[in-house]
Amino acid sequence: MTAHDEAALAQRQVALIDLLDRLLSGGVVLTGDLVLSIADIDLVRIALRAVIVGVQEDDRWGLTIRGHGPEGTSGERAP
Amino acid sequence: MDEELSYAYAVVRPTAALPEGPLTGVTGVASGAVRLVGAGAVAAAVGSVPRDDFSEAALKVHLENLDWLERVARAHHGVVEFLAAHTTVLPLRLATVYVDDDRVRDVLRRGQETFTRMLNRFADHVEWGVKVYAEIPRGPAAPEEADTAVSDPGRTYLRRRRQQREDRGAAWSAAAEAVRRIEAEAGQIAVEWARHRPQQGQLAVGTGENVANDSYLVPGSRSEEFRERVRRSTQELRGVRVEITGPWAPYSFAVLPEPEASEEGPRP
Repeated sequence: MTAHDEAALAQRQVALIDLLDRLLSGGVVLTGDLVLSIADIDLVRIALRAVIVGVQEDDRWGLTIRGHGPEGTSGERAP
Repeated sequence: MDEELSYAYAVVRPTAALPEGPLTGVTGVASGAVRLVGAGAVAAAVGSVPRDDFSEAALKVHLENLDWLERVARAHHGVVEFLAAHTTVLPLRLATVYVDDDRVRDVLRRGQETFTRMLNRFADHVEWGVKVYAEIPRGPAAPEEADTAVSDPGRTYLRRRRQQREDRGAAWSAAAEAVRRIEAEAGQIAVEWARHRPQQGQLAVGTGENVANDSYLVPGSRSEEFRERVRRSTQELRGVRVEITGPWAPYSFAVLPEPEASEEGPRP
């Protein structure tokens, strides 16, 4: 694999993580018919387990910078 | 009975540019066609997906598979982007699946007022992602200092460790300062703000530690100004990297207020 390919791959992966941030924690949650438990929180957890390791560790990131709790997902609003 | 389920991508208002029925030029999840299914003042972009892949049990297995997740996420995003190029869009969360289109109509009808209110809120707005990284030096920055290392390895080691600690501390303070400045600048323009979990893990391939991963809802006409001000506010900070992504459809802000969310809950 050339350096160029690697750079392109990295670019693609960065975009994927940004996309998953939005698709897994953003977007209107409408409960689907057959996937009641999946459509909401379980989906997020399962997918996070697959793609983001060390979920427990990020307590300190949120606390260090912002003084908020670890569950720093979407939902907070600017005044 | 059916072998297919209805996968809903997003809610829009049907317009001249996007009349109800099949949408040309867009491919959805599972390489399927996408159609607009309307009810009253709103419509949902819907595609058929195989029941075998999107039943609850199948999804549980599939979502552990990063390749599968990526394909579905990109297809979902592709449809949302297509719609966003034509009109205001209200993205639905990944894998919102219904038995059939009639159920989609039912949900649209019941949520009509809420959807319309949210679409009004998002009209002419885009989401920008702003990530702040602390560029924390890893390992010894300088090459081996051969002579001192030989004469006094212990002291050299300790000095190096102290230096690392100081660099790390400096990078963290700079990142914290960057986050403060960005919030102040962005707050002048953005109408809403949402946080995501800082990125880490196998997909977080950028350098540095991600210390803030925020999204801002910004009037479309002020996008350039927003990016410029965010960029400028942290320009001279050392050990900090700021990454701006977007424009995105308003994914991070398409969150139903609680009462409506529970109304849409499982039917008895």
